[in-house]
Amino acid sequence: MAELALSRKEQAAGRTGWRPRASRLVWYVPLTLWGAVLLVPLYWLIASSLKERGQVFVVPPIWIPDPIVWENYPRAFSVLPFGMFLRNSLTIVVLNLIGVLLTSSMAAFGFSRMRFPLRNLWFALIISTMMLPGVVTLIPTFIVFKSLNWVNTFLPLIVPTFFGGGAFNIFLFRQFFLTIPYEMDEAARIDGASSFRVYWQIILPLSGPVLASVGIFNVVWNWNDFLHPLIYLHGEERLTVAVGLRLFQGMYWQDWSLMMAASTVMLLPMLVLFFVAQRYFVQGVTVTGFGGR
Amino acid sequence: MSMSSADGQARLLARRGPSKLARREAIEGYLFVLPAILGFFIWVAGPMVASVAISLSRWDLFTPPVWVGAANYAKLGPDPLFSKSLVNTAFYTFVGVPLHLIVALLAAMLLNVKVYGISIYRTAFYVPSIVPVVANTLLWLWILQPEFGLANAVIDLVGLPRQTWLHDPVLAKPVFIVMSLWSLGTQMVIFLAGLQGIPETLYEAAAIDGAGRITRFQSVTLPLLSPVVFFNLVIAIIGSFQVFAVAFIATQGGPNDETLFYVLYVFRHGFEFFNMGYAAALAWVLFAIVLVFTLIQFAMSRSWVYYESYLKR
Repeated sequence: MAELALSRKEQAAGRTGWRPRASRLVWYVPLTLWGAVLLVPLYWLIASSLKERGQVFVVPPIWIPDPIVWENYPRAFSVLPFGMFLRNSLTIVVLNLIGVLLTSSMAAFGFSRMRFPLRNLWFALIISTMMLPGVVTLIPTFIVFKSLNWVNTFLPLIVPTFFGGGAFNIFLFRQFFLTIPYEMDEAARIDGASSFRVYWQIILPLSGPVLASVGIFNVVWNWNDFLHPLIYLHGEERLTVAVGLRLFQGMYWQDWSLMMAASTVMLLPMLVLFFVAQRYFVQGVTVTGFGGR
Repeated sequence: MSMSSADGQARLLARRGPSKLARREAIEGYLFVLPAILGFFIWVAGPMVASVAISLSRWDLFTPPVWVGAANYAKLGPDPLFSKSLVNTAFYTFVGVPLHLIVALLAAMLLNVKVYGISIYRTAFYVPSIVPVVANTLLWLWILQPEFGLANAVIDLVGLPRQTWLHDPVLAKPVFIVMSLWSLGTQMVIFLAGLQGIPETLYEAAAIDGAGRITRFQSVTLPLLSPVVFFNLVIAIIGSFQVFAVAFIATQGGPNDETLFYVLYVFRHGFEFFNMGYAAALAWVLFAIVLVFTLIQFAMSRSWVYYESYLKR
């Protein structure tokens, strides 16, 4: 499994006297140049968010904000109910997290550790939906939610997750469960444990890494999701950060420092999550092939 | 549930044989997967069937649907925006995806070099991909802002004529592609994982046989990485055909519909004009296109994707 940190193989090589040879030093040139180019926009995001209004519209641009103005951040929270957007996003993220961790792990448990007729057929059917472009189901699902009067509530963004939590997540959990020895289940069952107890008290506690990967991936996806909140949420008091940011764009489209401050606020939780749980973050990406967008 | 003692269960097993236990396991198994099966019918199979019916009718959601047969599909041909959005999306996909994959592979190879502090560089290359798509797009709008943006400031430095970027009908689509190169972390990390899975001994053997850097890349790296390339390609094409948020936020499809991508057009008909029938028909066409391309790629993969089951472990 690739990590951004050194892999085990590389660490081992390091310990056995692997040293940077002089010829390797030349690699620092492209690495540093390319890396700098990639980081400039990020720097520009944060620098712009700390600029006084007068320093934003200047040619050539000012690289270092002087003075550093924090005021754009409280302003982002006062001109629009940004705090409420954050709360809405958080609600959707947390409820989805519960739904996905619970039901996709349950399904994966069934598909990997229980025997029942047509099991492989059901599994194949569910997995086949991974390749399905989401657009196809967008219109009919919208009509269903509209007829249920669920438009402009969080329900369309939360309820579906409690039905299996997505094929990819089932697949990931199942792959992990297949690596847990079956003797564990048998021992527990001989001691009289029910299937549910095997799932809840044996398998889940052993599944930390996959719970983390699927969980983080899901948090990122829901935090970033733009299309679904755009379709389902209309009232300002219901908006998530993603669609709320667009309100800034509509109303304060020349106020770039305000928009950059709001964008930074949206980025910050993801950045923290990334640095706290980099390993699972990257693992989720490697295995699913999706970066949360 | 079977909370009885172990020997009780064993006696049960001896008396009635395994069939009762098997039946019980079957019922419990179905209970575990029930939410997922229900989800499959409620959120995938059902909507897909409904979507066929919707695409064969005219429906604005306010008045009852009217059956129109294949009329929605017949409208596609003469609709100039349908073909325009298709061409735009094809350009974005067939120029953008190969470029994206090549750049991501280059980045991964660069980040696979064994130098001190490489994990810091890996993080730096990945971090832009964390920026949520809305924040990402707003940031680029600001960078590409014609008067005070960073892009034209750089252009000034080099001494080239200033550009209007996303407001320029010719430049808009290529600019979107370049923007997407900023967040190549996902593909890059997958490539990096693939590169790290290639046994060092193969490179050593190739070097002993006198293979240079380029030969080693062609005859060791590429074949062994081909399953990963294939995976990235399939996923990237499916994703690229569905590009939406960037264009919706940055250009709303303009200028001159040059960035009117397919899903943007579906969205317009579905959620702005409430032409549910036409939107559903559009969605089905996209589904067919994506399916065809995925199948073609799977068929073609036989000739270039190399699966080396005997090498692994």
